[in-house]
Amino acid sequence: MTTMGLTWTVADADHMTQAEIYGEVLTQLADQDERIVGLSADLAKSTKIGKLQEKYPNRFFNMGIAENNMFAVASGMAEAGLIPVVSTFAVFTALRSAEFVRTDICYQKRNVKIIATHSGTSFGQAGTTHHCTEDLAVLRTFPHMIVMAPADAYETAKAVTASLEIDSPVYIRIGRSFEPPLHKSLDFDFEIGKAIELHEGTDVTVISCGRPTVGALEAAEIAKQNGISVRVLDMHTVKPIDADAIMKAVMDTRRIITVEDHSVIGGLGSAVAEVIAASGKACAMRRIGLQDEFAIVGYPDDLLHVYKMDADGILETMQELLKAEIEEDDDWEDED
Amino acid sequence: MPLDAKEKKKLQEKARQIREDIVHITEKCGGSHVGGALSQTDILVILYHKFMKIDPKNPRWEDRDRFILSKGHGGVGHAAVLGDLEYFDKESLNDFNKTGSPFGMHLDMHKVQGVDASTGSLGHGIGLGVGMALGARVIGKDWHTYVVLGDGELNEGSVWEAAMSAAHYKVTNLTVFVDRNMLMIDGPTEEVMSLEPLDKKWEAFGWRVIAVDGHDFDQLNDAIEQSLAETEKPVVILANTVKGKGIDWMEGKVEWHYAGLDSDMAKKALDSIKK
Repeated sequence: MTTMGLTWTVADADHMTQAEIYGEVLTQLADQDERIVGLSADLAKSTKIGKLQEKYPNRFFNMGIAENNMFAVASGMAEAGLIPVVSTFAVFTALRSAEFVRTDICYQKRNVKIIATHSGTSFGQAGTTHHCTEDLAVLRTFPHMIVMAPADAYETAKAVTASLEIDSPVYIRIGRSFEPPLHKSLDFDFEIGKAIELHEGTDVTVISCGRPTVGALEAAEIAKQNGISVRVLDMHTVKPIDADAIMKAVMDTRRIITVEDHSVIGGLGSAVAEVIAASGKACAMRRIGLQDEFAIVGYPDDLLHVYKMDADGILETMQELLKAEIEEDDDWEDED
Repeated sequence: MPLDAKEKKKLQEKARQIREDIVHITEKCGGSHVGGALSQTDILVILYHKFMKIDPKNPRWEDRDRFILSKGHGGVGHAAVLGDLEYFDKESLNDFNKTGSPFGMHLDMHKVQGVDASTGSLGHGIGLGVGMALGARVIGKDWHTYVVLGDGELNEGSVWEAAMSAAHYKVTNLTVFVDRNMLMIDGPTEEVMSLEPLDKKWEAFGWRVIAVDGHDFDQLNDAIEQSLAETEKPVVILANTVKGKGIDWMEGKVEWHYAGLDSDMAKKALDSIKK
């Protein structure tokens, strides 16, 4: 079932949203693997999977506004040996259809890829019914599911490609809005489950996923000018999480900030905390994200600011964290 | 083609034996969804012993017909049919429901050979079946997909989402049965949440409806043949059945949805089936 060596090219990714590049790349990948089929629930245009529909109308199925059935149908199609790629908004995937994703796709170990758009507060103006700040928490608990949150259009392209190279259910959450690109080109290594170190540092580590990651890097660069050395880890895969990178950061910096466009309960921050708690190592930690609340209505960029997920907010949290005391641990140096 | 007398006798004999097996498993495992397992038995027997292209020695054969027991609580009856066909050692059914056993009340496709979808949560199987049938169409395979729904299950909205999609995409390589035994856990379907007029509901969703006596092999045979020949609409066979069928003191009684049988009751049940 492994599809190896998928390739694609994209011009002008700097100016594309995550969804636009996803639609483009998926269509090119479908050129190379005829097992790829697309499904959406009256959101083919919004999710950009409509690109695939334009080129391959017989390999695209609009299931109407009926998400539960869509995930069941995708599971059945995988039984026929197809690789269904399902796209709808994150909130309808992770919450409305959670049991269908769990029971029909994860429990049955179906090779289905879910590209959930409009995640977090990226569809800010639409209000809470269309925000999704719970999906990482929910999806992380489903056995067999791989959970990814790429940070920009380039990473989204790499995540979609990587997901098609493995025989496993995969959930990829992307935004709606245009975020400035994090990467300058496609020239970087991307591996599922392996964090990307975007910035070296020894005083504090910011671990981020998804659309706040650009701000995390910006914060590190500003901090550097003020003599603070910040490591930035782009944790594009939330499950399986890169425990080695987390523990190295704990050992090297002993101060950890997580940033996610998601509730601080159950998502990236929780996943990082679980790794650290199990290690027995002490560190000071802050989790940035929605603090057990529904987000207000607003433009996506404004909401990053309101919930301190932008560079300003991350720097503010960093200032406070740098003052935090950490218990002495005499054996620390011995235990690498 | 109508069933000949010999074929019909063979199916009746097999159904009788499967009902006995369900009683044996229920006695050993302490309890099962015995009522619904008995109502669906004749549907499963005619599919597995007359219509389905299968190879028990090669359970994941790519070109096999697919079968989904959407009313997954009938798993004890499905397991009896599969064990009898030697998909696995029939003796292993003695462990039904036991800790660490491959057999829970609702069968797991990764643990029980011959199961094409892990079901039990109601309202999933018909969507899975639509996906399998559409998938076969996309890859150009001619295998057929069969789904058995419970009638109480039809309360689930997702059933009707799937029904809408099957008609929209003209999914005719799919045959859906409703095991219309008129009972659900809390009582008669028409008291808990009325379904009638059920034929008109399916028709309104764009399906061809064939109503049969779900314990009459001639009628089942004819309906399945018609569904296989249909090229315009998906077909639903409303199989009018009796919950607990074959054990006279169990028939039509809501308390036998899930129950255990001690050795005396099991003996009485077997006596009733033999009659």
